[in-house]
Amino acid sequence: MIIAERKPLAEIVEMTRNHENILVLGCRGCVTVCSAGGEREVELLASLIRLGAKKEGRKITVQEGVLVRQCDKEYVDSLDSWKNGYDAIVSMACGVGVNFIANLRPSTMVYPGVNTTFFGGSQDQGVWTEQCAGCGNCVLHLTGGLCPVARCAKSLMNGPCGGSQNGKCEIHSEVDCIWQMIHDRLERLDRKEQMLEVAPIRDWRTAGHGGPRKTTRDDLTV
Amino acid sequence: MSDFTPTIRAFCCHYTSQQTCAEGPEGLKQDGFPENVSLFRVPCTGKLQVSTLLQAFEDEVDGVYVVGCPAESCHNVKGSQRAAKRVAAVKKALEELGVEPDRIAMYHMERGFHPEFIAAAQQMDKTITKLGPSPLKGEAA
Repeated sequence: MIIAERKPLAEIVEMTRNHENILVLGCRGCVTVCSAGGEREVELLASLIRLGAKKEGRKITVQEGVLVRQCDKEYVDSLDSWKNGYDAIVSMACGVGVNFIANLRPSTMVYPGVNTTFFGGSQDQGVWTEQCAGCGNCVLHLTGGLCPVARCAKSLMNGPCGGSQNGKCEIHSEVDCIWQMIHDRLERLDRKEQMLEVAPIRDWRTAGHGGPRKTTRDDLTV
Repeated sequence: MSDFTPTIRAFCCHYTSQQTCAEGPEGLKQDGFPENVSLFRVPCTGKLQVSTLLQAFEDEVDGVYVVGCPAESCHNVKGSQRAAKRVAAVKKALEELGVEPDRIAMYHMERGFHPEFIAAAQQMDKTITKLGPSPLKGEAA
């Protein structure tokens, strides 16, 4: 899922300072699962914005709403049926949601309520770790299913850097060296010889270095 | 500030407040429980959400505190630990708002410890009286 975390309140208050009627809009997708922008977090942010404005003696109306997803036109369109007016939206979806509202609502001001951080999974309750970099050219079949692009601090493609100690990364001592894990896993699976295969110089254009990416499925378009 | 009497909201669990509630309002008054503290009894403090605690500030109270079981021996295993985490989250939120984090506090105590329960209320009353009215009431602006 896409992981996000709420922006500092001061930043949100500052960006919305000139608005008197704000809609704090959550998303029931990834940000609900990672507890950054679901219904509960919308309730909290709305409360904090109201309290902050009251402290400054500003009058403000803060409404709360949640869409099924903010990354699909159909759901963003449901904003049309929003009965009460608003002069700005604070989206608590990932950056995709903010962009979609900006794309589809040319005259609506939209602000990000969260910082979108990475593609990750829930390692433990309340702990999420990065697992995929969305680089567009997956090599997991060569690395035992463990990603060196996302999980190596240097995104090395041909084994460890030599700086790891006791199986831990030299950049972040609490993080497992992913190349150590790849080695141990391939050995366990009796596929250690895969490590000898030299990965060629990587073409990073698929990773967004060639501009915004797009996927079109002809079988799905009408 | 001497004539200021704070409005304080206390959330306590069924177990820690058992004896206190048995006293009844008159008994509490006689024991020295501050009259400006409103008591909200919940089955377990782990049930309290951050939004419930923030709502108290939106309702213009000056201070909030939670009384739950000892962290390691909560009747519902981890309820009071959860409550403590949520109180800590509100403390952080108050700091973000530029408001004294001491306006909210967490107390852990054994069930039936009536004098300690009264003492917590008195201590909170003293702390909030010293801090003065909550800036979140918007009166300063």
